[in-house]
Amino acid sequence: MHEMSLAVAVVDQVEAAAKSRGAVGVSSIELDVGELAGVVADALAFCFELACAGTVVEGAELITRTVPGTARCAPCAEDWAVGMPPRLLCPGCGAAADELISGRELQIREVRWACPETPHERHRRTITEES
Amino acid sequence: MCRAVDLQRAVLAKNEAAAHILRTELNARGTTVINLLSSPGSGKTALLERELRLAGERGVGAAALTADLATENDARRLARSGVPVKQVLTDGLCHLEADMVARHLHDWLPESTRLLFVENVGNLVCPAGYDLGESLRVVLASVTEGEDKPLKYPTAFGLAQLVIVTKTDMAEAAEFDETAFRANVQQVNPGVEVVLSSVRDGRGVGTLLDRALAVAEGNGVHTPAMAQAGA
Repeated sequence: MHEMSLAVAVVDQVEAAAKSRGAVGVSSIELDVGELAGVVADALAFCFELACAGTVVEGAELITRTVPGTARCAPCAEDWAVGMPPRLLCPGCGAAADELISGRELQIREVRWACPETPHERHRRTITEES
Repeated sequence: MCRAVDLQRAVLAKNEAAAHILRTELNARGTTVINLLSSPGSGKTALLERELRLAGERGVGAAALTADLATENDARRLARSGVPVKQVLTDGLCHLEADMVARHLHDWLPESTRLLFVENVGNLVCPAGYDLGESLRVVLASVTEGEDKPLKYPTAFGLAQLVIVTKTDMAEAAEFDETAFRANVQQVNPGVEVVLSSVRDGRGVGTLLDRALAVAEGNGVHTPAMAQAGA
């Protein structure tokens, strides 16, 4: 499970950004996670809770947005959803996709800083037995 | 109203930067890195030992970094080839990262190293997202693992620049369907070369070394569609 490494990387980056901006806390972090990034969102959320303990990020809500994989065939001028398992062959002509337009993102999209004048609320996710 | 900041940063930016520095530095001194990924038990070490031995016989300066959660068994096995070998113990970490590689190369990697083979932790999930500064990424799968492996681990196979099938001497016993395997590889990574190998009967042995040398000499290397990401 490499999600712990990823969670630490997220916390480190947000912590550095908070420091440079003088932010007192973090309300939420939005992540884009491509369906081909090889990341389990639940595992990442679990690790995130552990990784941000004792940092300025503690208590922040982690919002992950799954980005579907899409590919492009230049000759056919066609884009298609690659699906899972992905199909990188053009459904129109059978040729190799020229590029994957989306689906491998692992990106911090937006951070919402906590307001200095009001103590930011702690968002806790209940982890059900199923997850 | 709290301020929102559009951070737009890749989570793995730190690793990407470390990998870029490592690749630049090593290429400048004439060293090319080959990153080997596979499941545990696919025969990575056995094939690599043969390739390293061959490199020694041909006078190609090769070295190997091998990563495991525990034991130095693989380093001992690879050292029999006669080339410089170093074991990385990851203490439970399921993958290698660029800074770990850089740290282990410090004060160890011989100047004459032309090819540095990095045997990643046996795992087809976690290592896939980590660039180690390699110029060639190779994914291996043994005939006993099933021909649907590329579909089960699409990111690992989708980013491979060379795929090697190992243990082909057992293909019949394992009822390995080569046609299906090739089709599955092409589905996630159109155009990537698939090489059949067996260290027991010698089939395909030397191909990895040849391909690595070709990359080191600046010949073109397959660019997977998945790596051409606008993402």
